[in-house]
Amino acid sequence: MIPIDWIFGLIGGLMIGVAAAVFLLVNGRIMGASGLLGGLVDGSGRGNMAERLAFIGGLVGMPLLLAFLNGAPATNLTTSLPILVIAGLCVGIGTRMANGCTSGHGVCGISRFSVRGIVATLCYLVAGALVMFVARHVLGVI
Amino acid sequence: MRVLIALLAGSLFGMGLTVSGMTDTAKVQGWLDIFGAWDPTLAFVLGGAILPMLAAWAFANRRATALLGTPIPAPSEPVIDRRLVIGSALFGTGWALAGLCPGPAMAVLGHGGWPALAFFGAMVAGMIAQPHIPIRVPANAA
Repeated sequence: MIPIDWIFGLIGGLMIGVAAAVFLLVNGRIMGASGLLGGLVDGSGRGNMAERLAFIGGLVGMPLLLAFLNGAPATNLTTSLPILVIAGLCVGIGTRMANGCTSGHGVCGISRFSVRGIVATLCYLVAGALVMFVARHVLGVI
Repeated sequence: MRVLIALLAGSLFGMGLTVSGMTDTAKVQGWLDIFGAWDPTLAFVLGGAILPMLAAWAFANRRATALLGTPIPAPSEPVIDRRLVIGSALFGTGWALAGLCPGPAMAVLGHGGWPALAFFGAMVAGMIAQPHIPIRVPANAA
């Protein structure tokens, strides 16, 4: 038996891929979460603010609507403020420095056989696994 | 029309992240915890998302423009520089510490309570600060 979580993962993943495909084929845009938000907050995406805002509106609004209808899913997010702030800063600085995150480099880059997307994905996976090992099993902070 | 499609794509992205379980930081951290209780769900999500995008790129690569007239984004030069590697490693660090990357960080913003807001605030601050952080190497030195 395949665990039900894997099946939900695959179904949700297909939805994410179809969203990225529609955004590419209709709007001609790469569906990268960090790029869409980054261009909005640092002003570099001045030419298509409405498109960015609408995308983020859907991305924030739909899960909120689902939470309203079915109850909010568990996020199991840490309540340690220092960890949240350090992690948030790392993600914000890192994704803008590398020009992409899991959606842009991962989903959209790998599917295009982009060398940068594949290298970026390997880098954040290896760094993530190492930090997880050190922070959880050596230091015991997460 | 562009704005409507962006809203639709963002909503489907948000729904996919919720359905797949990627808004649960325990599942994301479980994926990175290869030395602990490893959870492979994320591989199904990434694989599921890449499938429709493989088809989308196969189609897009034979066209000059998207449906609404925007040029299909050109492939990036296959330049592996320090910005890409260091930025991605930094992103992976934050991703492991909190279990959130930019997409899910926005998907949990509405229902994740103060920790979701704190992470998002720090991530946006990092995104705004990034261009002002001096890095010692030129962008294309590798």
